[in-house]
Amino acid sequence: MTDGARVATRPGVRPPREAATHCPYCALQCGMVLRQTGERIEVAPRDFPTNRGGLCQKGWTAADLLDHPDRLTTPLLRDRPGGDLRPAGWDEALDRVGAGLREIQERHGRDAVAVFGGGGLTNEKAYALGKFARVALRTRHIDYNGRWCMSSAAAAGTRAFGLDRGLPFPLADLGRADTLLLVGANPAETMPPLMRHLADQRERGGRLIVVDPRLTATARQADLHLQPLPGTDLAVANALLHIALTEGWLDRAYVADRTTGFDEVRRTVAGCWPAEAERLSGVPVADLEATARALATVDRAIILTARGAEQHAKGVDTVTAFINLALALGLPGRPGSGYGCLTGQGNGQGGREHGQKADQLPGYRRIDDPAAREHVAAVWGVDPAELPGPGVPAYQLLDSLGTADGPRALLVFGSNPVVSAPRAARVESRLRDLDLLVVADLVRSETAELADVVLPVAQWAEEDGTMTNLEGRVLRRRALREPPPGVRTDLAVLAGLAARLQGRVPSYREMHNKGPLLTPTEAFPTDPAEVFAELRRASAGGPADYSGVSWERIDADTGVFWPCPDEGGPDTPRLFADRFPTPDGRARFRAVTHRPAAEPVCADYPLHFTTGRVLAQYQSGAQTRRVAALRRAAPGGFVELHPDLAGRLGVADGEEVRVVSRRGELRAPARLSPAIRPDTVFAPFHWPGAARANSVTNDAVDPVSGMPEFKICAVRVEKA
Amino acid sequence: MTERIVIVGYGMAGARLAAELHARDGDRKVTVLGAEPHRAYNRIMLSTLLAGKIDEPDVELAEVAGQGADVRTGTAVTAIDRAAREVRTADGDRHGYDHLVLATGSRALVPPLPGLDPLPDRVVPFRTLDDCRRILAAARGARSALVLGGGLLGLEAARGLAARGLDVTVVHPVGHLMERQLDQPAGAVLAGTLAGLGVRTRLGVTATGVTADADGVRLDLDDGDSLAADLLVLSCGVRPDTALAAAAGLAVDRGVVVDDRMRTSDRRISAIGDCAQHGGTLTGLVAPAWAQARVVAEVLTGADPLVRYRPRPVVTRLKAAGIDLAAMGDAVDAPDGGAPVEELTFADPARGTYARLRIRDERLTGAILLGDNPAVGTVVQLFDRGAPVPADRRSLLLGRAFGAAPATPAASPALMPDAATVCQCNDVSKGALVACWRAGARTAAELSAATRAATGCGGCRDAVAGIAGWLAEVDPAAAPTAGGMDRVEVTR
Repeated sequence: MTDGARVATRPGVRPPREAATHCPYCALQCGMVLRQTGERIEVAPRDFPTNRGGLCQKGWTAADLLDHPDRLTTPLLRDRPGGDLRPAGWDEALDRVGAGLREIQERHGRDAVAVFGGGGLTNEKAYALGKFARVALRTRHIDYNGRWCMSSAAAAGTRAFGLDRGLPFPLADLGRADTLLLVGANPAETMPPLMRHLADQRERGGRLIVVDPRLTATARQADLHLQPLPGTDLAVANALLHIALTEGWLDRAYVADRTTGFDEVRRTVAGCWPAEAERLSGVPVADLEATARALATVDRAIILTARGAEQHAKGVDTVTAFINLALALGLPGRPGSGYGCLTGQGNGQGGREHGQKADQLPGYRRIDDPAAREHVAAVWGVDPAELPGPGVPAYQLLDSLGTADGPRALLVFGSNPVVSAPRAARVESRLRDLDLLVVADLVRSETAELADVVLPVAQWAEEDGTMTNLEGRVLRRRALREPPPGVRTDLAVLAGLAARLQGRVPSYREMHNKGPLLTPTEAFPTDPAEVFAELRRASAGGPADYSGVSWERIDADTGVFWPCPDEGGPDTPRLFADRFPTPDGRARFRAVTHRPAAEPVCADYPLHFTTGRVLAQYQSGAQTRRVAALRRAAPGGFVELHPDLAGRLGVADGEEVRVVSRRGELRAPARLSPAIRPDTVFAPFHWPGAARANSVTNDAVDPVSGMPEFKICAVRVEKA
Repeated sequence: MTERIVIVGYGMAGARLAAELHARDGDRKVTVLGAEPHRAYNRIMLSTLLAGKIDEPDVELAEVAGQGADVRTGTAVTAIDRAAREVRTADGDRHGYDHLVLATGSRALVPPLPGLDPLPDRVVPFRTLDDCRRILAAARGARSALVLGGGLLGLEAARGLAARGLDVTVVHPVGHLMERQLDQPAGAVLAGTLAGLGVRTRLGVTATGVTADADGVRLDLDDGDSLAADLLVLSCGVRPDTALAAAAGLAVDRGVVVDDRMRTSDRRISAIGDCAQHGGTLTGLVAPAWAQARVVAEVLTGADPLVRYRPRPVVTRLKAAGIDLAAMGDAVDAPDGGAPVEELTFADPARGTYARLRIRDERLTGAILLGDNPAVGTVVQLFDRGAPVPADRRSLLLGRAFGAAPATPAASPALMPDAATVCQCNDVSKGALVACWRAGARTAAELSAATRAATGCGGCRDAVAGIAGWLAEVDPAAAPTAGGMDRVEVTR
């Protein structure tokens, strides 16, 4: 079956009754069909290569939000600080934003306005948002919540391979791996249909090894579960490489032909004894040996990391350690083998390729690369010198809001940092100190509740565009219907704002006599097809080259894998077969060593705290907490702790507890489970208010990626 | 601030210190003087080298030569002139220092046996890379080897040689192996494990003399027996190399005496690693040596002037093909009063497994784990951190397999409670499936279509089929309700 365009959705065309699209939630981007019968909209799974006809409960119920009572259908304005949000018309709302932004930039400079995007935005919207920040606002301050998702793996991948694509091979390769190592990944809860590929793998006799501090639903299916203390994955990876080295299991020919820098890594891991890793992590040396053997002595082995390994102040080095292991075993680029990371958010991959990241321009170009600036500036019709330089990573940006040197205004698209940011109380206080907070969202999220202006925007079933899934496969999102009256698309919002901002500065075209000033309509088209056409040109020649990807080509097949530089040429399902996209064509080893968590446990805060997800909720829960079936399945936050620990604390199952860190506390019922280490407590982060896990988390960040240390901090637990 | 730092010794401690200094202050002038002719190497991997699994370059350590440090190998230091603040080397050089660090390590003990002075070619201690080369040279063409000394190092050497196909016998004067770490039953299990790997043991016998010639080596024992082999490896312990320190008038006991900042009796001289004696203790292990190197680096660079060396409890770990041994704490000693002691033991000698744990006040005070002990990682961490032991002590012996088994659906659907979740992905209970059946669904596919069970990860497909089969058996006559199967709304 092809991903056939059974429906065409262009402005002016009557909305179809059926749309073949993809789920609005995670990066698996399960294929689904939406059918409208009268008022009723039904979801049905499609047999797409990623989900193979499966859907989890989030996907099945995705349409429940389309006509939900909580849905915003009119802009909201707050007339004075502390006042209530009131309904307003679009012109009034956009005028207020336009005037506010202009005034703030005039008084405090261009960088006084910041933009915060999201990994759920389509490629077209992410691209337009980046362009809007750089061209219309000309601020350097733009970043997005993907910084808290993929940035460590992205930085490590780029460092090692010269390129960051979550999976450098199709998902189906997982099913053929003889050994599959999942590090800090729990797809059985976060992307259940992916488990179909793992079932394939085990039916073929493959071995599944899961590294997780909790005996998760995924770990229960594993042949071997390594249960390390949070924050010790790097030591585990180096010990695995040490074992492979001392057992003579390295692929020496591959290392010699396809990599650089191994000698330093070899000398470093020589000092990383498995016994030391055992002491740090609690993973028995015998299990480390079994894991190394399972990876090294088979034909096809795949190592995947996810947030559990990556959301640390040493996330980049941890991923690097696993990449070192994969390279030393000769896995990347070998058919059916390799290293990859499991992307989280729906467009976590595409969202980081097209310019909403502080240091990047479209096509995964670096904003500090003169050639990249020149190319993109030409597409945008501006002087390269007018493009701002790199901004700062997400947490640093939010942390600076409303401070003496920080931005005074923030535009938020597709994100809910009040729930999802680390040390969330601090972030909340920063947002409150802004002169102007603008939030574009479907519902009154916890962040929208703080906004001065809330702009109601279209949902996934009401817009066309593309998403790039965890495989680097560019997919089509197709509209079933128009947005309801009073709701605009994000692209229309940007166009409306651009119209209110442009004309203040003579443009490059005007100054250089290169034609008339671009009108806002020309610079910020509202038709996603037009935006995609421009995105293709902007990405041309960059690492994530989409210039050969067209909507028609995606429609004709099951998506297109980037890079795809030529419309008539092949796409790239598998990367690195012959060379790596580094200057010398070789992958780069880099020596890394374990270091302790940013916040060690102590007498006052003696327990390790870690966060994660549950099956029936997604991210900050702004959407899924409003779906009745999902709320029934996962009604609220909880604190998972081992019965031994609970016994020492005198806490019974279901009893309310407080988890206290140096930054704040959360209160939620205790959930006793032997599936977690007795020295560690866990809470999901989907809920706001008292149960907000991010009230507790640490805002220490990785020095390379800016990834906060969501996955470990020191806490104490008390009866509430 | 300290200007010129000279490190005497380029072993694992000295090299680590140079690296730690470089990491903190790349511009500092550091001179490293190593007596051995090689770049720094990883002593712990020598037994692996002996086993033939790796090559010599694989034992190299990360080094700082060429990154600001002046590393001189093959340079033996002959004297310290504390008054002039300089060291003298065998080749006549002098190196002035503002701070001197002794990392001279230890030397293999050669027992005072007749026939070992001078050391014959076929008799080699097992300590350095050169020793390793000599052993390998002697092992070439050899069929058998003797190892004198059944401590950790001797057993590693024995295992390495056995891995090369040699017929190996370990001779040990005590009644069981590794008596400092193991009790008698553990030693016996270990001997059995070694026998399975081709290593014989002769216990409780003392060597009385060695005779070596071109054809082989003979070891005479005090029970009148004598053993012949092509090669004899000596692993009779080590002695800290304190000669330089003693000659310079520094306080020396068994090792060079140091304080919590690793300083000797001369505040301009520190000592780390095997040659240092801290709190009355010699370590002889790498991890403490590296921790000491970190302390000295912090002190000398001023990065953390308050830092103090705090020894961690020692865990002896021997993990090699076929052998998995962890020993720690007071498991060997007799309890000495105080709070009552709990002892947990488990033995399965036929499979080479033995465990003995000692608990006092809910804390693990010692353990011996030999063979397949799945909780060894947990035990090591509990001991290391002094964390409370599990309420169910058995989990320490039997691992997570006990008590933490995942809750699996009951074998027969009849035994499942209605509230039991069958499909996690779509939150479908057994009760919901039964309700669907009563509403007219008759196959697993129909149950799935109506409830979405098994449409997520697909993992519960068999369970849904099982429930359909069970219902067909126990409830075949359930009539479809009015309205049939058009759409069954189920409260999940």
